Amino acid sequence: MAARPDSSCDAGHSGERQRRLAAVRPRLLAFARLQLRDASEADDVVQEALITAVEKDAHFEGKSGYETWVFGILKHKILDALRAQKRRGKWQTWDDDGLEAAVESQFQTTGRWQEMARPKRWGDPESTLASERFWQVFDSCMIALPENIARIFTMRELMGLSTRQICEEAGIKENNCWVILHRGRLLLRACLEKGWLAEADS
Amino acid sequence: MKMLMCREATRLMSKKLDAPLGLQERMSLKFHLAMCGACKNCNHQFQLIHDAGRAFEHQAPVYPSDSGEGSR
Repeated sequence: MAARPDSSCDAGHSGERQRRLAAVRPRLLAFARLQLRDASEADDVVQEALITAVEKDAHFEGKSGYETWVFGILKHKILDALRAQKRRGKWQTWDDDGLEAAVESQFQTTGRWQEMARPKRWGDPESTLASERFWQVFDSCMIALPENIARIFTMRELMGLSTRQICEEAGIKENNCWVILHRGRLLLRACLEKGWLAEADS
Repeated sequence: MKMLMCREATRLMSKKLDAPLGLQERMSLKFHLAMCGACKNCNHQFQLIHDAGRAFEHQAPVYPSDSGEGSR
């Protein structure tokens, strides 16, 4: 791997920058797809971010890594795209009957875990995050999340917005936001355990 | 102090990643985690998921292909 985010790059050769942009592009795309759940919208947003990165190259101050800076631009573009989705009425599916049931089925009526659903040990977190297989499972489990949960969940966990900011964007109460995030984490956890542990055991 | 059940404990584990818990909440969660192995695992996993989101920019492996992504 050539691109090191922490190298102090004040050289500013546009060729070098171009190369790094090309190198980070697939990751930007993966990120945007998880967040927007629409491949062509994700393409557009990444394209815009790359153009902005080139245009504003002089604004890069080297305080963070170059790739981190580019991700910052992308996050702004994604937020704009999410707002546009919302305006187009793409956000209105809030029926969550089935969902509540999926989450509740992990617990007994007493509030204890169902025997089948009891979380197991996953092993060392660092090696988990270093495993390519884990990220594949992560990706497919994120895609499997119901859309209204995924939207809030990715705003929190991928974009790093605070729940207060998310409330503003989504027009929901903070309390509601916590409920959604709780469900998202329970669903994602269960999905990851299925995919990831099954692999690790075999 | 009220005894937490696992379901409620997971709610607090989740909330803790988004907002500071109150003293009462912290204490009852801590107490529950000390006794419940499954919830202790769950707590680590919520944390890992949280870290994974932040690590995504740097660590998620990427695949050169732009197209043919079949997942919906």
